[in-house]
Amino acid sequence: MATISLSTRFRGLRFQKLFGKIMALFLLTVGSLLVMLPLVWMLSTSLKTDDNAVVFPPEWIPRENLKVDIDGKPRFVYNVPINGEMRQLAFLGKKVFVNPSNPTEQYTIDTPVAKLQKVSYVSIHWENYFSGLTKNVPFFSYMGNTLIIVFWSTVGVLISCILVAYGFSRFRAPWIDILFLILLSTIMLPAQVTLIPTFVLFQKLGWYDTYLPLIVPAFFANAWDVFLLRQFFMTVPLELDDAAKIDGAGPLGVLWHILLPQAWPAVATVSIFHILYAWNDFFGPLIYLQSQSKWTVAIGLQSYQAMYSRQLASMMSAATVTMLPCLIIFFIAQRLFIQGVVVSGIKG
Amino acid sequence: MEIVRKKQTMSLSRREAIWAYILIGPWIVGFIVFTLGPMIASMVFSFTNYSVVHSVEFVGLKNFSEMLFGDYRFWHSLKVTLTYAVVAIPMGLVIGLLLALLLNTNVPGIAVWRTLYYTPSVVSGVAVAVLWSYIFNPRFGIMNWLLGLVKIHGPGWLSDPKWALPALIIMSLWGVGGGMIIYLAGLQGIPTALYEAAEIDGANSAQRFLNITLPLITPVLFYNLIIGIISTFQIFTSVYVMTAGGPVESTLFYNLYLYNNAFRYQRMGYASALAWMLFLVVLLMTLLVFRSSAAWVYYEGQLRKR
Repeated sequence: MATISLSTRFRGLRFQKLFGKIMALFLLTVGSLLVMLPLVWMLSTSLKTDDNAVVFPPEWIPRENLKVDIDGKPRFVYNVPINGEMRQLAFLGKKVFVNPSNPTEQYTIDTPVAKLQKVSYVSIHWENYFSGLTKNVPFFSYMGNTLIIVFWSTVGVLISCILVAYGFSRFRAPWIDILFLILLSTIMLPAQVTLIPTFVLFQKLGWYDTYLPLIVPAFFANAWDVFLLRQFFMTVPLELDDAAKIDGAGPLGVLWHILLPQAWPAVATVSIFHILYAWNDFFGPLIYLQSQSKWTVAIGLQSYQAMYSRQLASMMSAATVTMLPCLIIFFIAQRLFIQGVVVSGIKG
Repeated sequence: MEIVRKKQTMSLSRREAIWAYILIGPWIVGFIVFTLGPMIASMVFSFTNYSVVHSVEFVGLKNFSEMLFGDYRFWHSLKVTLTYAVVAIPMGLVIGLLLALLLNTNVPGIAVWRTLYYTPSVVSGVAVAVLWSYIFNPRFGIMNWLLGLVKIHGPGWLSDPKWALPALIIMSLWGVGGGMIIYLAGLQGIPTALYEAAEIDGANSAQRFLNITLPLITPVLFYNLIIGIISTFQIFTSVYVMTAGGPVESTLFYNLYLYNNAFRYQRMGYASALAWMLFLVVLLMTLLVFRSSAAWVYYEGQLRKR
């Protein structure tokens, strides 16, 4: 008796669990479709012509309507049922259709043309990613400019943050704990509070309309990255340092030979997050860069949208190109990404 | 002998200190030049009518009194920002947590789902804003197409003063994957022994959620809430690109209004005052949340104490 009721209860539980799992999968599928939809739409729009990009309802695979030249005029081709057979005929107007390959073969069709279906074919406009990007704005030179800023500011962040994090994690000195607290408290400080004097300072230095305001501050470390690196350095056992010191390594030797090889995931995480930040940064370039020849992709894309908002397809290809490096880095370094978010989230 | 050894240790600790200051030197210099100095300067600016177009005059508390008693845009932008915060932050917190809970139910392909949901958080800035400004296009955007599928006639979104802010809130939900990842890590850190013990005691799944999962995930909720408050007051790019504060100032976020004062109206002194007010408001809200945390955030240390 007891065994029977137990096993039915067990079966009930199992059914409940299976049902729960199916529900979870269903919800996750619907949710992920919604989440991916904007990106899919962007990609599909970026491969259309500007005219087809604004067709409603949206066509997910870029298609174009077939047109043929009849007597020197472009005519749409329709699917027309004739004697139970589907024919593809060009529309001349006023119920008259012709066979495109034999224009003398004419038909008069009473079905209203709006009820017939235009013949369309898949047409993918890859050129939006090449000539489309340089048609109105020099998008590739914007990319070059951005890469200059990304490269140098990343170099700055890495050098300075690694040294500072090393100092805070391995050396004893008077006041150093208080300094670390001050460093941490700057995370809470909104950037707006220092914005205007910093802007005036760079202007007075003659750095307005140069890349220097976007690169130089990176060489002076930032709280977030120092914190992340320090957390990681702290997990490397001190015995390893001592072993290296006995072998005659100086402070920089210890950093180079012991800590950096151990802490490369943290270094990679910091680099990735900074590269993405610098690539996407809009506010800095907006207030510091004036000449168009110096613009970054963020500024370029924004002004493109402001000036040529009708050119949806090439704008979407520009947006895709802007997002692509971030997506590629994410897919390659997914593990580091998620770890970085989690480390700064849980331990921060 | 004794003296020599002492001298040597002295010099060793001194050398260590010198190295420490050499290594953290870049940050100290940066802190003084790019943080402390500008902080003091912007404090001073906030009591002046500093502007690039005319000479500087000390005006005392005039900027602050104008802000509080004579500038309806200040109050309006604060209202817009807080409205957004009150709606978007809780929605993001709840949806992020729900997604993490779904992912934590041993569904197959967890890595794939995680990637799919996290992807929008990887892209940001102008490209996202440009994309969404077309998604909300009432004529050909896919937002109204989606609503049309369930027979809803969508509004004009960004061109409608009533719907522009809700549109930005909807867009913010696209990025819930970022919070989800953090919840998921928190959920996976909950010892399974707790659930097993509860199951033996006959707790059903709702009871297990309310008594184990929810209390143990509150520190993460707390963290995401603080980050949410701070980042709401930083919102700039999406508004600048998508609405420029409009229509009819319905999306005039605080940070955008600050930017307009500093760089459009050239009122650097007033903008500095706005910046300090922002700091004050954020600090106040963060402190309130911290204060309230004793009542609802559950730290595992408490578990050990009992």
